[in-house]
Amino acid sequence: MSLTSDPPIDPPTEPATGPPTGPSTGPSTDPPVDPPAAKAAGPGADHEALTVVPVRHPWRWVAIAATAVLLAQFLNGLITNPGWEWDVFAQFFTAPTILKAVWITLQLTFYGTAIGFALGVVLAFMRLSASAFLRTVAYGYIWAFRSIPLIVQLLFWFNLAYLYKELQFGIPFGPGFFSFDTMNLVGATSAAVLGLALHQAAYAAEIVRGGVLAVDSGQLEAASALGIPRFRQLRRIVLPQAMRSILPNAANEIISLFKGTSIVSVMAIGELFYQVQVVYGRNGRVVPLLMVATVWYILLTTALSVLQHYVERHYAKGAVR
Amino acid sequence: MSAPSDAMVEIRSVHKRFGSLEVLRGIDLSVRPGEVTVVIGPSGSGKSTLLRTINHLEKVDRGWISVDGTLVGYRRDGNKLYELREREVLRQRTKIGFVFQNFNLFPHLTVLENIIEAPVSALRRPRKEAVAAAEKLLDRVGLADKAAAYPGQLSGGQQQRVAIARALALEPRLLLFDEPTSALDPELVGEVLDVIKDLAHGGTTMIVVTHEIGFAREVADTVVFMDEGRIVEQGPPADVLDRPTQERTRAFLSKVL
Repeated sequence: MSLTSDPPIDPPTEPATGPPTGPSTGPSTDPPVDPPAAKAAGPGADHEALTVVPVRHPWRWVAIAATAVLLAQFLNGLITNPGWEWDVFAQFFTAPTILKAVWITLQLTFYGTAIGFALGVVLAFMRLSASAFLRTVAYGYIWAFRSIPLIVQLLFWFNLAYLYKELQFGIPFGPGFFSFDTMNLVGATSAAVLGLALHQAAYAAEIVRGGVLAVDSGQLEAASALGIPRFRQLRRIVLPQAMRSILPNAANEIISLFKGTSIVSVMAIGELFYQVQVVYGRNGRVVPLLMVATVWYILLTTALSVLQHYVERHYAKGAVR
Repeated sequence: MSAPSDAMVEIRSVHKRFGSLEVLRGIDLSVRPGEVTVVIGPSGSGKSTLLRTINHLEKVDRGWISVDGTLVGYRRDGNKLYELREREVLRQRTKIGFVFQNFNLFPHLTVLENIIEAPVSALRRPRKEAVAAAEKLLDRVGLADKAAAYPGQLSGGQQQRVAIARALALEPRLLLFDEPTSALDPELVGEVLDVIKDLAHGGTTMIVVTHEIGFAREVADTVVFMDEGRIVEQGPPADVLDRPTQERTRAFLSKVL
């Protein structure tokens, strides 16, 4: 199949000029095809010399042009509209109060994710347990925490001290050994972490359970036929394979938790969104300060997405697709 | 020790039911050390289930099974059989190799990692020792150059040979094969059967569930024909395959030969 003897096909670079006539490739709107080549399709023609003419997409070029114009207008507005106040943005983007708030947001995300997924793994295996009691308790937890809006939960935790004045460690229903003043133990930040983590655990449990169920049952069978210890079967055989389907969902959850930390602003914790509100409450520059928060959220979400890519690649070892 | 005999495998009046379906209806079978037993029979006759009860992948409802003089899955005390803890069952299984129809290799581990996983984690072998043994086994199944490959990069026949090497890595007293060539393309069956034949001639005790009648004729010391959860007929291949005494055996063989 040599194409060398044929005239080159015109690449479809030029946008359609006249009124396009749909997907037709008739000779009126298209660059002329070399007549001998066109006729070569007849019987007894030299089939070696036949070339393939790709179908033209004039409407696609119209759509591209329209989109490009809109995009250019938007970018132009970002630069030229003085309302964005980019100088105010630059002044506050790396201001110490904002950086400190970014750090608190990251901490909330980290602890919320770590505690949430640790508890989620436990709940997932409870739901997969042979015991109906454990299954029901885990399901009840997931049902409750998925049903209550996060903001309501957070306010409950914030007011924990109203319900329980002190927390005691001791024999259940019996005497206590240590006790803590709830107000001191559950400060605003730990109440926020607790709320985020308990909420996250309900979702993480279902994601982990889904991942474990996606692993072929023959894998566990082979592992137990080989006498591999139970915990090792889970850690070495099941979880690494489950990670393949857990990761995309888990990344979604972590990213939405990261942005969800902005809800914590109702508890007057100095995370990013709260801090930005404090600043624009003082100086009245609402839009540039919202942009400060927005750009930080975008940057850090991008970083998480990049991380996700590499973690997924790690767990794709040996995968065919 | 409840099986005072010289048999490697002793199966006594084993019954197994899945819901309302009685899959095994009283199986008695003995396998002597070094012997190759081939189990044949139509689909649904219970032959795979029987094989899976031997390493306790399926629990029996009645009867008992012993391997190398030890009850599988239970401990006998007087007239009672106490179910063993999972940890103890797992330890028993390290003495019984099992090869699956669908290979069940661990796809996220390399060929070498697949083979050394059980020796290292279940038998606590030093990793170096396990690797050296694994390389020898890979050489034996003709895949010495595939140690670093992932299962997904191998053909079905190669995967099943790795699975056999993985089972052998525990140096089991008994090898169980559950239709080891049924998931393979026809042209790959031969290479797997050759490995199994090689093991059979080497004196490994094994029980093979298969549809390969030619293989049974060539390798088996005993052929067992099962139908509807019972052993219909058993004996040397020359008897069972060429001069079957039971009508059902004849009917089955006339369809597969």
